[in-house]
Order: sequence, then structure tokens, then C-alpha cells
Amino acid sequence: MPYRGKALLADSERGKGRNPVGIRFFFSVDPITLIASRTSIRFAQQALILLKRLCPWAKTSNSLGGVVLTRAVASHAAQLGILNTMASAVMNILQAAVDWMTFAFDAPSARAVVFGVPIGGHLFVEGLLLVVILYLLSQKSYKPPKKPLSKKEIDELCDEWTPEPLIPPLTKEMQREPPVLESAARPHTTIDGQEVVNFASANYLGLIGHQKLLDSCTSAMETYGVGSCGPRSFYGTIDVHLDCEARIAKFLGTPDSILYSYGLSTVFSAIPAFCKKGDIIIVDEGVHWGIQNGLYLSRSTIVYFKHNDMASLQSKLEKITLENKRAKKMRRYIMIEAVYQNSGQIAPLDDIIRLKEKYLFRVLVDESNSFGVLGRSGKGLAEYHGIPIEKIDIVTAAMGHALAAEGGFCTGNARIIDHQRLSSSAYVFSASLPPYLASAAISAIDVLEENPSLITKLKENIAVLWAGLSDLQGLEIASNPHSPIVFLRLKNSTGSFKSDLQLLEDIADRVLKEDSVFVVTSKRSILDKCPLPVGIKLFISAAHSESDLLKASEALKRVAASTFPNCG
Amino acid sequence: MITIPYLTALTTYFSYGLLFAFGQFRDFFRKIFDWWNSSNRQGYAPICLGNEDFYTRRLYLRIQDCFGRPISSAPDAWFDVVERYSNDHNKTLKRTDKVKHCLNLGSYNYLGFAAADEYCTPRAIESLKLFSPSTSSARADGGTTALHKELEEYVANFVGKPAAIVFGMGYVTNSAIIPVLIGKGGLIISDSLNHSSIINGARGSGATIRVFQHNTPSHLENVLREQIAEGQPRTHRPWKKIIVVVEGIYSMEGELCKLPEVVSICKKYKAYVYLDEAHSIGAVGRTGRGVCELLAVDTADVDVMMGTFTKSFGSCGGYIAGSKELIQFLKYACPAHLYGTSISPPAAQQIISAIKVILGEDGSSRGAQKLARIRENSNFFRSELQKMGFEVLGDNDSPIMPIMLYNPSKIPAFSRECLKQNVAVVTVGFPATPLLLGRARICISASHSREDLINALEVISKVGDLVGIKYFPAEPKKEHREDGTIKLD
Ligand SMILES: Cc1ncc(COP(=O)(O)O)c(C=O)c1O
Ligand SMILES: Cc1ncc(COP(=O)(O)O)c(C=O)c1O
Repeated sequence: MPYRGKALLADSERGKGRNPVGIRFFFSVDPITLIASRTSIRFAQQALILLKRLCPWAKTSNSLGGVVLTRAVASHAAQLGILNTMASAVMNILQAAVDWMTFAFDAPSARAVVFGVPIGGHLFVEGLLLVVILYLLSQKSYKPPKKPLSKKEIDELCDEWTPEPLIPPLTKEMQREPPVLESAARPHTTIDGQEVVNFASANYLGLIGHQKLLDSCTSAMETYGVGSCGPRSFYGTIDVHLDCEARIAKFLGTPDSILYSYGLSTVFSAIPAFCKKGDIIIVDEGVHWGIQNGLYLSRSTIVYFKHNDMASLQSKLEKITLENKRAKKMRRYIMIEAVYQNSGQIAPLDDIIRLKEKYLFRVLVDESNSFGVLGRSGKGLAEYHGIPIEKIDIVTAAMGHALAAEGGFCTGNARIIDHQRLSSSAYVFSASLPPYLASAAISAIDVLEENPSLITKLKENIAVLWAGLSDLQGLEIASNPHSPIVFLRLKNSTGSFKSDLQLLEDIADRVLKEDSVFVVTSKRSILDKCPLPVGIKLFISAAHSESDLLKASEALKRVAASTFPNCG
Repeated sequence: MITIPYLTALTTYFSYGLLFAFGQFRDFFRKIFDWWNSSNRQGYAPICLGNEDFYTRRLYLRIQDCFGRPISSAPDAWFDVVERYSNDHNKTLKRTDKVKHCLNLGSYNYLGFAAADEYCTPRAIESLKLFSPSTSSARADGGTTALHKELEEYVANFVGKPAAIVFGMGYVTNSAIIPVLIGKGGLIISDSLNHSSIINGARGSGATIRVFQHNTPSHLENVLREQIAEGQPRTHRPWKKIIVVVEGIYSMEGELCKLPEVVSICKKYKAYVYLDEAHSIGAVGRTGRGVCELLAVDTADVDVMMGTFTKSFGSCGGYIAGSKELIQFLKYACPAHLYGTSISPPAAQQIISAIKVILGEDGSSRGAQKLARIRENSNFFRSELQKMGFEVLGDNDSPIMPIMLYNPSKIPAFSRECLKQNVAVVTVGFPATPLLLGRARICISASHSREDLINALEVISKVGDLVGIKYFPAEPKKEHREDGTIKLD
């Protein structure tokens, strides 16, 4: 299409697609760009500029410019396919212009002296140049001939193409089935008809099966049904959602909060709402998959620092602030987990806040495993470190853990919350949390506030288990002494991730079968990029009795001793 | 394909232009004001970029009372909408204790399981006592109860696939499954109007994404041919695999997927079919088994069948149904299964009970009646709306029917006027729809009675006259429209 007009105008003897390399050497840079340029209008404009530079005589250049412009207009008109008849008229004009040029070059002014400068054959050379330019302009720019594939060729390609199977062949480790619970996931539950002590549920406060929660759920189900049948903006907002949001904000002392219908979606939707391409996020390498996914979806620049290593964080902050001149203009975040699901470590918020204030970063904290657990009254990481919660810009948490409900929330200042209500995709495009779960969360916070002793009990339980696990053979505790997740990792890795996991799974299976203690290993999805070692996780609950904890530690000790007979 | 009259297009552009200009004008003064105050935190880039939330501040806030209306009852055929008021020109809305009893034309309560149900609710409450509201653990750890196993069997059987896996949220189902199935070197061909969760999953996968024109199998074929012939970008290696993602019923259009054509094209070109039945499962088909049943597509031809329980089943969560191997693989690899809290046991029980009712396993014919009702109700309502001269999108049998409003000012007008007359409707505008194509969306439920619908039609007709959205007055004349219209996709 773009060359239709040109074909009409061009000299008849013009060769097709000839490579004007020789002439490229003759010219300097500008003509080469000219040759390369494809749009005829741009050709014309550039030629005009070039001409103006080459010919100081206003008259010549103007009239030549006129020629070029006429050409451009004509070619454009013809391109559009509107005025085919005009083309011949334009050719006449062109002819006339060329005639006029020949006359001008032959004129006696060829030997003239302008402002004391003898121009000699100057004009002639320039004219020649011009003609060459015009000639080149009329040529097709060089392009390797591109023939579209014929229908038959495409058919053949389609026939030949064989896709990979949708999923890879199943191997033995993919066939693993988790135990099936036959009663509620309380500290004592039933598996295969046998009562077991449950360390697999993040039921930190022991609220699973709490009568108050059950009552509020029952009455909510009777009034509201089970599901909400709509996203929040389309009649899926039920008054308990608003009450729950207000309750969470009041409990934490934040201005506002926002409910998500699933814990995992909270963080992976909230991050892309605030971080876009060009923003910088510095993140702990040990964060769980939900955060990793959020980071990936945000398309921001991601910088990892060593797991819970403040020196590494500082050096990364320093590096980014120094290296990046534009850093001041970008949104900058530090993303951490309060209690790391993948290691049981607790983030040193005091240091992080100090660094954040020094380097002017915002802080995002995922409190999924610390909300309701850390701090004197269970308000999480900020309370644990005695730091006002306003210092953390965005807090997200799952309600499926300590609160024994489901869903998640994000809390922060009003601006941050309101922004998510329109921009956070898992909030906007998903049905809202079933109202009975919102109601359960409200009751759970009520219970927590009325019984701070739950948190004390949880702390004691953690200490009891720690004491019991102090001299395990072959395994060591990798978690923080205050973390409700007790994380046991191998003292000596076998060297491969797979066989480590297999070893740990064997231990967990034996502990369950032989001692009726239900513990789990950390799982790694094929999408999970976490580099930390795998381990056995024990989720401690305030509802575990001392004998439960002793039973667990004895069982682990025994199985570890028989699995690692030679380890100290 | 929606045809929009020139005049309407012009006035709609004009309205948005005006809103935009006015918004910019206000922003200009706001900037000066802020500069005076310099209240922003020093040294930080603003957390919400000025242009990002321009739409929110200057367009959405004006009409935010039409969205997110809280309700204080179950989202049944009739529900209580909480009245709100604003003291600051709609910038913030405050709840009152007053409610308005309204007819619900907005919730996805297709089969009427949203409210307490004589069969489902007692069972859900029982399972609540047995299993508590949550397991506080992921399915792969300690979150699998006997109820979850039972649910998966029921779902697989209901959908018509060998196996199924359930998740706690429909959105996560899409966004966590797609990356497991496909990654770098793969190609996802997605309908242009697919749901945000699918887009999210596709983006998260790292695969190349191509889009085909909404519900246009011929264009899908072109894209497939072109892509297979060309291979991966730059390297031109052949694609590892191609997944075509479509929805059963498109929630903003009310259209049924042209599934038979899509399936045969995918078969021809060896692409895998991923079908999201969020809105169609339970709602259409003779026994409620979704678009495959309605359009007579063998479920064996659909490789991955996804759906959600938030709509027809009145619960929460989502499922994937497929071959035994596929499900086994997902259980091993899918992060939502490994890390996400398992679906709440009472919600699982609600789904099981709802499926039992639909299949008549509860010992009554309520399920069959519900299915007949939703179909009759939808077709009645749609044809009546069309007779009145509204421009209604979507196909017969689909319980979703968008009514085109176009003008941004008609969006709040329609919503508010209907609410005044106790009919709660959903209106949608930019950016959820293309700029020009603002609409109201009606979702019909099996729990609507004929009187409810007639009442609703009267109100909508009156409001339609008032707002001026009967774009095809009396009998629509096809030839008449042809010349004075712009075609839009
Ligand atoms: C100087 C100035 N300009 C503009 C506005 C309006 O801004 P907005 O539309 O954000 O309320 C205000 C309101 O506070 C103002 O004081
Ligand atoms: C096509 C489609 N897929 C997925 C979803 C998400 O489902 P849920 O609301 O259960 O998160 C929706 C919800 O609107 C949908 O329309």
C-alpha cells in the first residue's frame, strides 16, 4: 500500500528493489537515513531540510522544496487511492519542475560569486546530488523479499506441529496423598479412625471449634445463607463485611481495612495494586509463594536480600539509592513477612523501620502467621517490637490462621484501602467472603481481646516444645523461639532438595503412624522460587496441652534417633 | 457485535470529554492547593499516582453510591439494601440503620441457593459443628477432610469428568492453575473478554498471550494457524503447547460461548481447551451441567474444566475437573493446593447439598423445578425487555442480560431511579466495559416469581423511558439501523 503512489510517480525505467549500497558511500549519513526511511511524507520533509542545508539560495531551495512537497502530496493522495487522476497532472508538474531545474543549472550563475565566494561547479554538484536523492527517493527501500506462507504451507506446518502433553508424566512423588481428617482440625483430630495430635493446623489460638465462633456462624448462615453470590461492588457487600472491616481496624488501631475472600489472594492482589512497572521492591528471599506471585504480577523491579539478613538489606538499599538516579521518583517498597512461613523466622521490624526511614522506602508486611500471635495483645509484629503500627504502610494477613476463619484482610491508611477497592483485582473481580466467615472473624477477634491469656498460653506452649526438641538427632530448630511455627530442618542436607524432602516426609509419616502425631513437611510448588531449605513444620496452638507437646517431642526424638543413628 | 447509533456515540464521547475536562480543571486547582499545603510525605513518590486514580477521584466518586451498596439480608430474590448518605458530595458514604426492601436483579443467585435453603442450610450448619468454619491448613497439609474428598467426587461426577480438585476461591483457581499448566514457550490464546482472573493467571504463567476476537471461532482459527506457522517470537521454535481459554457464559455480555466450534477448531490444531464455567455451571443445561450439556459438547473434548461455586451453588470456591492424571498433577504442583487454606467445610457441604438438590438426590423435584424456572424466567425477561425496545445483549437461555445504556450519565440515573422504585440493578461502566458501552446488567434467578419479574419489567420500562434508553422503539427495524450506525466490537 504505501508504495502505490510512488509507483505511479516514479520514472518508468526504475529498477525494482535495487540495493543502492554504492551510493550510500557517496553520501554521508543523512541520505542513508533517507534511503532507509519508509514513509514518503517523512522523506519529503527530510529532503527539504537537507536541501535547505545544501543550498543557501532561498529561491532554489524553495522551489525545489516545492517540488518535493508536491511529490509528497501527490504520492500521499495517490496512496490514499482517492485521486488517481490527479497523479497524471502531478507528473506534468514534476516534469515542468525538472525542466526548470535543468535550466537553472545551465544558467550563467554557475560561475557566479556570491558574497565573495566563488561557487564554481558547486551548484551543479548540488543539483546532481539532488537528482540522485530524488532518484533514490523514488526507489523502494531495500527489504528482503517477504513472501507470506501459502495456505498449503501453513496447513503442513499445522499438521506437523505436535504439542507437549498438557502435564508431564506422573512420577511417584506426585502421587502422594495427604491424610484425610474425619473430624474438625482441632488439636486432637481423627485420621483413619484414630485420634491424633494435630500440629498441621495454624490454629494458633485454638479457636477451631470455639463455641462462640460456631454460634455466630450458625446465626449468620441462617440470616445470610452461605455464599454472598456477588462481588463487593455488586450487592456482595453485606453489613457483616463492613462490621468485620471496622472491627479489624479498631483492633489494630489503623484507620481502615479491607476484606478479601481468600487469604492467599490478599497479598498477591494487593501488591500489584500499588506496585507497577518501574517501581522497586526489595524483598526477603524467603517469602512465600503468594508474595512471589504478587511481585511477579506487579512487573516491578524486584531485588532480593538474604533471608532475614539486615546487613544484606542495607547493602541492597544503599546500592539502589546510589545507583539509581531516578530512585527518588519511583515508588520504593520493602516487602517482608512477619513470621516466615518457610522458616519460622521473625522479621526484625525495628531495624527495618530504621532502614526504611533512612532510605525513604515504604514497608509492606504480611502478618499471616503473626496476627493474633505476636505482641502482648496479639496485634502482630509492630506490637511485638513496640513500634507504632502507622510506621508500617501496608499490612496484609490471612484470617485462616489464628482467627480460624477464612479470607484475608489488608489494613493501612484510608487512602491505601480506598485505592484497593477499585484497583485490587482479586477484591474487585471476585465474590465477597461468605458472610458467616466474616462473622466468625469478628467473634474470633472478640475472643482474642477478651482472653489475652490465649497468647500467654501459646507462648508457654512454644517454650515447652522448644525445651522438648532441644536435643534432636539429625534435626535442628531453625525458627525463632517466639514463632508459633516450629521449623525443624536437617542438620546435614543430603545434598539434593528432593531426597531431603523425601527423608523429612518419611519422618513425618512415621511420626503419624507410630505415634499418632500429625506434623507436616514444608511443600514446594514447582512455581515456588524460595531458596530456603525444606523442613518439618509444627504449628503450635494455645489449645495444645502439655502432654500433647511432650508426646510430639518424644515422638520426633525417637523417630529422628532411628533415622539418623550416627548424628549427634 | 454491538451497534451504537452515531448520535449516542457522539453524546457519550461528549459526556466523557466533559467529565474529563472538568476533572482536569479540578485537578489543576487541587495541585496548586496541595502545593500550598505540601501535605505529601517528603521524599516518597505518591503511593497512588495522580493519573492512576484520576478516574476514581473525578468520575467514580460522583456515582459511587451506585456501587457497593451494602445489604443486610441474604441476597435472595428480595433483599434489604442499606441506605447510605453523604455529607461531602458523595466522597464518602455513611451507612444508616434504614433499609430498603428491594427486588434483587443483581446477585449471581441463579438457582436460588443464596438464601437459607430447607435442604442445604441445616446440612451446612451440621457440618459447621462437625468440622468448624475452617481447617486453618492447606489441602496438602492438614486441610483435607472427608468432606473435601466427598465434594471432589460429587463435582467430578456432576461436571462429567473423571476427577476434580476444589479450591477456596474461584479467582485463585484460575490464577494459580494456569501457571502450573503452561509456562515459557507456551502460548495462551484467550478470548478478548475473558475474566480478570484468567488474565491474571495467564500473566503469571510467563507464557505468550494472544487474544482472539470475542466469541469468534473463525478469528480463533486464524490466530491458531498464524501462531503455529510462526512459532515462538524471535526464535521461531515451535510452541511447546497451546491452551485456548474461553468462558461458558460471558458475565458482562450474557453470551454463550460458541463451544462446539471452538472445540472442533482446537481439536484440529491440537490446542488444549480450558473452559471457565463460572457463570454457566448449574445455571444452564437440562440438568444444570453447564454449557457442555446445553450445546451438546462432549466433556471429554474439553481438557480443563473450571468453574466456581460462588454463583449457582450459593457458596464459595472454585474447581478444576479433568483427567485423573491432570488432577493428580495439580495436587502435586498447584500452589493454591499446597499453600492456600482449604475451602471452608460448611461451604463444601453447601455445594454438595446443592448438587444433590440439582440432581434430585434429595428426594424431591426441587432441582428440576429450579432449572426449569431459571430458563423460563430468563427467556421471559429477555424477550419482554426486547419487546419494550431496550438493547439487550446475550443469548437465549442465558440468565445474564445486559441492557445497553451507553451514556455515562445514564448509568447512575438508571441505577438510582430503579432503586427508588425498589428494584436493585447492577450498572457497569468504564473501565469494566469499553468507554462507550456502559450498561446495566440483570441477573435472573430461579427464585424470582413471575410477579416479581412483571413488577421489575414495569419499573425498568418506566425508568427506561425516563432515562431514554429504549434505543429500538416499538419494533426494531433492521434496515433502519444499518446506515446510521457505527460497528463496535
Ligand atoms: C483549592 C481547591 N481546589 C480544588 C478543590 C476540590 O478538590 P476535590 O475535587 O479533590 O475536592 C478544593 C477542595 O478542597 C480546593 O480547596
Ligand atoms: C468467569 C469467571 N471466572 C472466575 C471468577 C471468580 O470467581 P470467584 O468469585 O469465586 O472468585 C468469576 C467471578 O466473577 C468469573 O466470572
